Amino acid sequence: MNYIFFILITLSIIIGVFNNTLSNVVNSMLQACDAAVKISFSLIGIMAFWLGIMRIAEKSGLVQLISKLLNPIAKILFKDVQKDSPAVGDIAMSVTANALGLTNAATPIGLKVMKELQEDNPKKDTATDSMCMFLGMNTAGFQIIPATVIAVLVGVGASNPTEIILPTLIVTTLSFLVAIISAMLLKKIWHKKEEA
Amino acid sequence: MIQKISLYILPAMILAIFFAAAFKKVRIYEEFIEGAKDGFKVSVSIIPYLVAIIVAVSMFKASGAIGLITSFTGGILAKLSIPVDVIPIMITRSLSGSATLGLFSDIASSLGPDSYATKLAAVMVGSSETTFYVLAVYFGSIGIKKYRYALLTGLIADFTGIVLAVLVSRLFFLASTVS
Repeated sequence: MNYIFFILITLSIIIGVFNNTLSNVVNSMLQACDAAVKISFSLIGIMAFWLGIMRIAEKSGLVQLISKLLNPIAKILFKDVQKDSPAVGDIAMSVTANALGLTNAATPIGLKVMKELQEDNPKKDTATDSMCMFLGMNTAGFQIIPATVIAVLVGVGASNPTEIILPTLIVTTLSFLVAIISAMLLKKIWHKKEEA
Repeated sequence: MIQKISLYILPAMILAIFFAAAFKKVRIYEEFIEGAKDGFKVSVSIIPYLVAIIVAVSMFKASGAIGLITSFTGGILAKLSIPVDVIPIMITRSLSGSATLGLFSDIASSLGPDSYATKLAAVMVGSSETTFYVLAVYFGSIGIKKYRYALLTGLIADFTGIVLAVLVSRLFFLASTVS
């Protein structure tokens, strides 16, 4: 992330100078600070709501039930999660929310997962294997129905807007699998690197 | 049909949770409040991470870097029958959700809703997740600064997504559209 941050910002300024877009770059820098705070504040309500609902789900035993059902898979994918942690159930809920396109629910549940994974983390500033796996699954963007895209297609009057569902599903499923496999492989490489 | 399904999913989830809770005699209201208390704390704690990523991405967009990359790579990608207009989406899809959606709307309205470029872009956007934003927010909320291989995993998945979107769209749409 240090490299990315460095590259994005220095490159933007350098290109801005040569491309004569420096004033745009500076303006957008200032506006972006404002936008970031607005986004975070707009999250507060929905975050509180879903964290409340998820707390009920946890107390009612639903999350633990899902955890138990998924335990065989979870043991392979999330080795460092404690057996009685609600994290596995929450991971399943988060992946489901993402898959169904419930972005509003997915973020709060995902952040709850991170908090639970952090409890088992011995080094609080460093990501665990389970976190990398979870975020890999998350960033692959697995989605059953790309509702927003279809909405745009309907809006511009496409003759058959739902024809993109199957190809999109194929792509997201495969990249989801690739994310899981690469997280498992990278885990091995990183462990070797860290032992050395 | 699809809109109907998506309308019912959320209420159905909430109903299921509430019935399960009532069955187990959970004190629903008190537990809701207890959980919801964290909402403010979590949202505010991600501000520094959001500022960093959003500022960097916005500056990058404003500098015109995406246009430069597009003109550099356009020739090569055209040979793979990837329309030039789709290239910016490939770059922004890992960076910014709103920018990607904006670009997609532009393509759909300027090149026609039934063009190959629009369909390819649709598959690309529909299968994307803003990797940088997700990592910044999720790790930020618990104060993790060393990401280890999380970013690499996300980028591999993103790259696979782009390649697959091109291949699958060719298979599905290119034969049927006159190009």
